[in-house]
Amino acid sequence: MSEEKSMSIIVTKGSLDWAYPPFILATTAAAMGLPVTMFFTFYGLPLLFKKLDLQVTAAGNPAMKMPMMGGHMGLPNLVTAIPGVDAACSVMMKNLIKKKGVASIDDLREAAVDMEVRMIGCQMTMDLFEYGKEDMIDGIEIGGAATYIECATQADINLFI
Amino acid sequence: MADHTLDAKGLNCPLPILKARKALKEVPADGILEILATDPGSVADFEAFCRQTGNELIEHSVDDDVYRFLIKHTGS
Repeated sequence: MSEEKSMSIIVTKGSLDWAYPPFILATTAAAMGLPVTMFFTFYGLPLLFKKLDLQVTAAGNPAMKMPMMGGHMGLPNLVTAIPGVDAACSVMMKNLIKKKGVASIDDLREAAVDMEVRMIGCQMTMDLFEYGKEDMIDGIEIGGAATYIECATQADINLFI
Repeated sequence: MADHTLDAKGLNCPLPILKARKALKEVPADGILEILATDPGSVADFEAFCRQTGNELIEHSVDDDVYRFLIKHTGS
């Protein structure tokens, strides 16, 4: 390896589908020898909770089409508003994830912890939505924008997801 | 002969890479790790992984939809 590169990711979204890109990239970069920092803010913060309960919604997402009966099916926004539809979509996606050999977010997060990915929870978000450090997994840090910026100035790759 | 074989068949991105990283720890320096995978994306990914980590991808082949990689543990 020539010189050591490093990466940081700002994680701002916490739905089942949006949780994948940051955890896939963080674990892969760590596996390739890069020191990685993840900064969890706003709706990304719940990805640090001890118990993950991730859901997906088709509302406002015309690109979300599930493979079904040989074709692909999306849902009109009006249908996504019916109680139980989001839960059904979430179950469907979790089944697909399992069937296609895709890692669960729990597994990827555990891999990130194993590979010493640095995880920072946003203090302001915790105050705003009334979460405590006791809600979060062990081994994380709590910090703010300045903590992230300091890290970003040292990193070769900075992503906002 | 490989010093260690990793069966990553049926696993999707990025699991073959994550498991390879773990498996390489079990392989002595200059030893050979054999990986079996079914993810077609793993071909490009193992090439990139090896370039980045300084390990040597000695060969890769495909037989009956199973990809086989031999990685020499020359890097990190």
